[in-house]
Amino acid sequence: MAAPNGADYAELVVDAASPEETMALGRRLGELLCPGTFIALIGPLGAGKTTFVQGLADGLCAQGAITSPTFVLMRLHQGRVPLAHADAYRLGGAADLAELGIEELADECVVALEWADTISDTLPEDRIELRIEYTEEGRRLDIRGQGPASSNAVRALQP
Amino acid sequence: MQLSDTDLVLGIESSCDETAAAIVRGGREILSNIVASQEEMHAHFGGIVPEVASRRHAELITVVVESALRDAFVGWRDLALLAVTRGPGLVGSLLVGVSAAKGYALATGLPLVGVNHLAGHITSSFLLAAGGTEPAPREFPALALVASGGHSDLALIEDLGRYRRVGWTRDDAAGEALDKAARLLGLGYPGGPAIERAAADGDPHAVDLPRPDTKDGFEFSFAGLKTALVRILKNNDVQQSTHFTADLAASFQEAVVDCLVRETVEAALHFRARQIVIAGGVAANRRLRESMATAAGRHGLSAYFPPMSLCTDNAAMVAAAGYFEAAKHPPDPQQMLSMKVDAALELPA
Repeated sequence: MAAPNGADYAELVVDAASPEETMALGRRLGELLCPGTFIALIGPLGAGKTTFVQGLADGLCAQGAITSPTFVLMRLHQGRVPLAHADAYRLGGAADLAELGIEELADECVVALEWADTISDTLPEDRIELRIEYTEEGRRLDIRGQGPASSNAVRALQP
Repeated sequence: MQLSDTDLVLGIESSCDETAAAIVRGGREILSNIVASQEEMHAHFGGIVPEVASRRHAELITVVVESALRDAFVGWRDLALLAVTRGPGLVGSLLVGVSAAKGYALATGLPLVGVNHLAGHITSSFLLAAGGTEPAPREFPALALVASGGHSDLALIEDLGRYRRVGWTRDDAAGEALDKAARLLGLGYPGGPAIERAAADGDPHAVDLPRPDTKDGFEFSFAGLKTALVRILKNNDVQQSTHFTADLAASFQEAVVDCLVRETVEAALHFRARQIVIAGGVAANRRLRESMATAAGRHGLSAYFPPMSLCTDNAAMVAAAGYFEAAKHPPDPQQMLSMKVDAALELPA
């Protein structure tokens, strides 16, 4: 991510003690988002990326069960704002966003891409990056909004 | 649609990594079963490239279909029906199979039926494979577990061609959990067989892992199990001991198997199933076979597994599922060519 530059950057760090807390943060973010938002989810296996998206989907009033998209690469859920839930895990760095079929959907959906750090090309400039890491007590979620729209969303999330 | 015990069906499958075609007689007897896998290619790229996968399916599909006909010693005129997987799977890959099937239907005048890939897996236990074990008897209702990299579904088989989804996973599929555990343990790809190999030298009770029970309904949840493994790896230096890796692999496999067996047997009892059938790539796991047979036996139930060659994706199961689907829902010649693929297709609730 580019160096933080004032107006177009916002960051929020949250410690989550349980999957429910991870989900709750996702839900709050989901309630704020409009179509065209791109969320890059980054974190090791079992960190809670899909759990976060389950909350996000709730906040977006997205329909259908949110399960791991690893196998199917992408699932589209209709909702207040449609959610494209994608996963680059199986691509192994060999493919790009166009391969996932995300590009044509990006304007009308909220895109949540798991394993975004393994994709071989550049992500949209205006994006929310969520990094999840393990801590002693649970998880640390670091949410960064870059660009006018995404930084506003993260700012609105701040307490 | 009236189909006889001798009618031949050509099945076509291209939903994921395998390009496959098969000829099946009477929804039961496999005359040919051709599978071309892309696994090696994915290993070469270090992952799956959907565009490349679709192109590869397109290159292989006619070769595979012609091989299936040749191996079965039959021609187009001998067939009664065409069946093709229309979902779930990768859109681009599904499109290749469905487009090819439409082309064959148009050229031959044969009826074409679209098949749910999961119905295919369920049907595989009822197939008679050369040199295979005795297929499951046609006694219903039966309870099916379909466990693979992409699915962990429980289905009630009311009759062949009539399936109802009664259980599913909340997060990861069973095969996906095994695959990711293999990656965490550095055991390589494909993960399922790698875990099973490593587990052979390990103690399944060496490490205490959770068996999440979702309580409501027949749901699986494997994400917590994956997280528990990550925690253990963080607190222990696994690289130091291949023995510990074997114990972890065995314990993880045991936890996955326990969850699969518990929900499957509970569902079978709940729906008063007369037998249990298990399908999908994870059905190849020997520990699952053993454990499921024992648990089912305790309740006077038999558990049937397809031969190993029919556990993974193949077109024989698609041909057979198409045979039973067409008997229940005759294909409409007006609608056949407008058949659409559905990447997120599920079994009816």
